[in-house]
Amino acid sequence: MDAATFKHIKYVLGENPVTLFAFVLFTVFVLFALVGPWIAPYDPLVTDTARAMQAPSAAHWFGTDAVGRDILSRVIVATRLDFGIAISAVALSFVFGIALGLAAGFFGGWWDRIISRLADTIMAFPLFVLAMGIVAALGNSVANIVYATAIINLPFYIRVARAEANIRRDAGFVEAARLTGNSDWRILSHHVFPNILPPVMVQVSLNMGWAILNAAGLSFIGLGVRPPIPEWGIMVAEGATYIVSGAWWVAFFPGMVLMLAVFCFNLLGDGLRDMIDPRRRT
Amino acid sequence: MLKVILWRLIGAIPNLIGVVVITFLLTRALPGDPAAFFAGQAATVEAVEQIREKLGLNKTLPEQFIVYLKDLARGDFGLSLSTGQPVATEIIQRLPASIELTFAGLLFAVAIALPLGVLAATRPGSWIDQLCRIITTAGVSLPTFFTGLLLSYVFYFLLGIAPSPLGRLDPVFMSPRAITGMYLIDSLLTGEGGLFWAAFKQLILPAITMGLFVLAPLARMTRASMLGVLSSDFIRTARASGLKGSTILYTYAFRNALLPVVTTLGMVFSFLLGSNVLVEKVFAWPGIGSYAIESLTASDYAPIQGFVLTMGVLYVLLNLLIDLAYALIDPRVGLEA
Repeated sequence: MDAATFKHIKYVLGENPVTLFAFVLFTVFVLFALVGPWIAPYDPLVTDTARAMQAPSAAHWFGTDAVGRDILSRVIVATRLDFGIAISAVALSFVFGIALGLAAGFFGGWWDRIISRLADTIMAFPLFVLAMGIVAALGNSVANIVYATAIINLPFYIRVARAEANIRRDAGFVEAARLTGNSDWRILSHHVFPNILPPVMVQVSLNMGWAILNAAGLSFIGLGVRPPIPEWGIMVAEGATYIVSGAWWVAFFPGMVLMLAVFCFNLLGDGLRDMIDPRRRT
Repeated sequence: MLKVILWRLIGAIPNLIGVVVITFLLTRALPGDPAAFFAGQAATVEAVEQIREKLGLNKTLPEQFIVYLKDLARGDFGLSLSTGQPVATEIIQRLPASIELTFAGLLFAVAIALPLGVLAATRPGSWIDQLCRIITTAGVSLPTFFTGLLLSYVFYFLLGIAPSPLGRLDPVFMSPRAITGMYLIDSLLTGEGGLFWAAFKQLILPAITMGLFVLAPLARMTRASMLGVLSSDFIRTARASGLKGSTILYTYAFRNALLPVVTTLGMVFSFLLGSNVLVEKVFAWPGIGSYAIESLTASDYAPIQGFVLTMGVLYVLLNLLIDLAYALIDPRVGLEA
């Protein structure tokens, strides 16, 4: 990153306080994910029926749940798992989606036909429903939530990479690279790939929020993460039974934090788009 | 025109095939032995073998696929292990509830998103434009299951306005005679006003929950396409010719701005059908989504497979409808073909 890029980023962040806010929020989340277990005030798994279902107080900022676990600690510790699922899922769809999309856009022909058909077939399902079916078939585990989320995100990466590679296939710099004797692989990895990164990175950021929502949704209906492991979706599910009888805090805080995390990624995505492509500002 | 419709119908076939193949592969080609699963943990090797034969699992994969297709053609989705009922019957029984909820959610979203988007586009930079921006960014961040819980806490527990957020109808009422299976329509057809009102009240919260989620993409698209149309040449010409502001806005701009909005409906339906599952769980809505969740917890595979297939087919058909609607609204599509 050279000085000019840095200056540009500083300018955009200064101009756009919302993006700055999202950036700060993101840092806090990353911090929670990294050192969560050490900064949580209580053990997230230790139950104590003597202090069950307490409303938020000075001792328990977010209150306690039905078996007396501290909700604040559970929310903080859950960050690592939720982010872990989302990051691994997005990384998987990033790698495979871009590889497939590049091949489809660059080579065309049968590559394009088969890969595009694959993307269309995935998109022929309501995506959350497909994710449910995949986890149910592969087996109920966290790893399978990651695979399911990666698969349903795949078409978005394939499409972006395919479209961008297609435009650049006959571009001057690609022709020049070919004439100087570069192989197809080298052209793809050294010349086309770096050029399609900016639009794909915007996709990544918007996708992260969606991946978190998706994973939390799956564990809300009882797939993947199992109690008593703290995870935002499952914590909302645990609190769901108490909310209609007035104990709002059990579901409220994990739900709010989940929402904030998704919100943060969506704002970051918009901000990133502004940084990369000033024309598309809305 | 007929040619366009026919062409679109043919275009949906590969997607339908894709949906059937994927649903088939989800059960058969993946790790784990369904025969051992169906036999239970205490089963002997012979018992597992017997079940394998009964289920046709000893055949090759393509043969199994043909059997699966034959079953589907006869409307046979298999048996649910936990209820003993045929999956197809249960899905058909529960489908109207899901469809009623989905369309109520869509209607709510459209009723809010279109005016909001138009107002935001005609007054860029105003407070309503800011409101639109906040709603579109916050809306896509809302976990549907969480909004549903919040809404029932506020409107049922705190304010006491909404009825108990469980099911389609207060137990005091008898469900209307099943004509379409959708309570709102059936109660109107049989002329039971009180029943209609009760079913409507029960539907409001879940429908709003679903609507809030898809409001964002709809409003964002309406605003963007309205802005695009308003700055185009034919609007400038219409203004210069001295047409009335409302004529320009509704007859000229809005109708043209609707076209891209109709295309986003495809994605909107993907969101709606997906979040349908979550909303049904939150509100104990007896649709196919909660059927799938009940089967998930009972590790009952046939209903889940039936559910995924039904949703997939439903989504392909909805996309087909959107395509056809688009061809009908936009005369240029017909001319090109």
